[in-house]
Amino acid sequence: MSNKSPDNKIAGPSRRDMIRLAGLAGLAGSVTPLAMRPAYATAEAMQEAIRKVVGEATVTPGKVKLEIPPLVENGNTVPCEVTVESPMTPTDHVQAIYVFCEKNPQPNAFAARLGPRAGRPAIATRIRLADTQTVIAIAELSDGTFWSDSTDVIITLGACLEDLI
Amino acid sequence: MKSARFPQPMKPGATARRAVAVAIVMGLMIWSGAASNAEIPLAERRSGYEEMRPETRAMQDDDTSNPGMLWVLDGEALWQRKAGAAGRACADCHGDATQSMRGVAARHPAFDAKRGAPVDLAGRINICRTEQQNAPPLTLEGRDMLALSAFVTLQSRGMPIESNDERLKPFIEAGRRQFTEQQGQLNLSCAQCHDDNWGQKLAGNTIPQGHPTGYPLYRLEWQSLGSLQRRLRNCLTGIRAEAPPLGAAEHIALETFLMWRARGMKMESPAVRP
Amino acid sequence: MARALINVPASAKRGEVIAIRTLISHPMESGFRHTSTGERIPRDIITGFVARYNGEEIFRVELFPAIAANPFVTFNTVATESGTIEFEWSGDNGFSATERRNITVE
Repeated sequence: MSNKSPDNKIAGPSRRDMIRLAGLAGLAGSVTPLAMRPAYATAEAMQEAIRKVVGEATVTPGKVKLEIPPLVENGNTVPCEVTVESPMTPTDHVQAIYVFCEKNPQPNAFAARLGPRAGRPAIATRIRLADTQTVIAIAELSDGTFWSDSTDVIITLGACLEDLI
Repeated sequence: MKSARFPQPMKPGATARRAVAVAIVMGLMIWSGAASNAEIPLAERRSGYEEMRPETRAMQDDDTSNPGMLWVLDGEALWQRKAGAAGRACADCHGDATQSMRGVAARHPAFDAKRGAPVDLAGRINICRTEQQNAPPLTLEGRDMLALSAFVTLQSRGMPIESNDERLKPFIEAGRRQFTEQQGQLNLSCAQCHDDNWGQKLAGNTIPQGHPTGYPLYRLEWQSLGSLQRRLRNCLTGIRAEAPPLGAAEHIALETFLMWRARGMKMESPAVRP
Repeated sequence: MARALINVPASAKRGEVIAIRTLISHPMESGFRHTSTGERIPRDIITGFVARYNGEEIFRVELFPAIAANPFVTFNTVATESGTIEFEWSGDNGFSATERRNITVE
């Protein structure tokens, strides 16, 4: 914004400002009501969901192990286990574990709160994956750092289903 | 015997190209009018469990992580619940299910002399409901019926399927005719997939031999427990054929044939399948 | 009535890390499905699960529509003392379920 005069009204918005304003307006225009949003989220939606959790902090790959089968027979029920390397002491432990999905209609899968009482920082559950996509697990440690692991999962679909596709 | 014309079973993870190739081969076979009805030799029969990935098998193996067991728990409670004008629970006549129901599901559908036809487990439960408990029949494929079926069928887990009642022969034959006749818009027979092409890929999953050893089972696709009939109707949808109503004699005949085809194989309900 | 299957060891040594497995029946209707006539089926999911050990929270997870039907959740905790572990699920449409298991810690 270097070519603005101190008194904005006289100098008028700079070209850079106009581009920024147009971008914001475009973004505002593209936030459609939930009911009309397209079926699948995008990688941006997942990045946005991750940003909501980690804020400005960096997320470093490592310490986290996300175990999901790389090829899945049915996306309705996909076993998913996250384990983290941590001594789990009162001063050095996992505070939270988050899992995100890149192409689901909604990017969050779960957000778990742990603590030193957990003993072993591991969670297993079963998630739904709408399509072949990348799944990301992020662990928040007690020192405020964030660590991650990701897996690409291929979804196949059985034959002879109930509904005509 | 598996036809020598078809390739060996694929390793997991076969590409879509292979599925298309299978479809083309099957199309050619159908077009040429050759319908090979090669029955699977008894020793080569395997449960659909064998075709599943390890993670899905793990879901079935542990009773505390098998979602089908949730219906078994419900069924256990229903077994004790008094019902109908007679105010009777299943337990009042049948006592401890782990004893009285042992092996029952492994030999159903069973011939019912009064009706002169086989009756499946759901049919048998409803006969008890109406005639012994003076209660309205349970809705087929409804939550209560599935729960009771799951609980009763669990009592046969590990036991071999029995099918040696001479009186069932005509119904087994009727079921076999259904199994081998080509039907639906895709003009496919059950046998073409499940006798001739088991072990190969169709739409990303391995084709099982199609034995009823695990029913009622938790199908990941349904996210719910369902009966063999529900699955058979999915097959009919798959080949774009019209299904008779739930509980129809045709369904019972086909189930009777499938149990005969799987005779001696071990029951594993409540199974988990994709 | 939501059925739950819970696996907690009946006994453990003090300081031992134990695994707890839970499975509760619930359709977890995602809110993204439509009927054959095009109407959206409203969301109906379990949104939260909390475990408390003798009243103290040991584990909490927020669940989203991406969790499969009949939610299966396993986690770990340190066996600190004998007592009761309480499990509470809550969700849309006022869904609420509680289960308790006792544990003996030597």
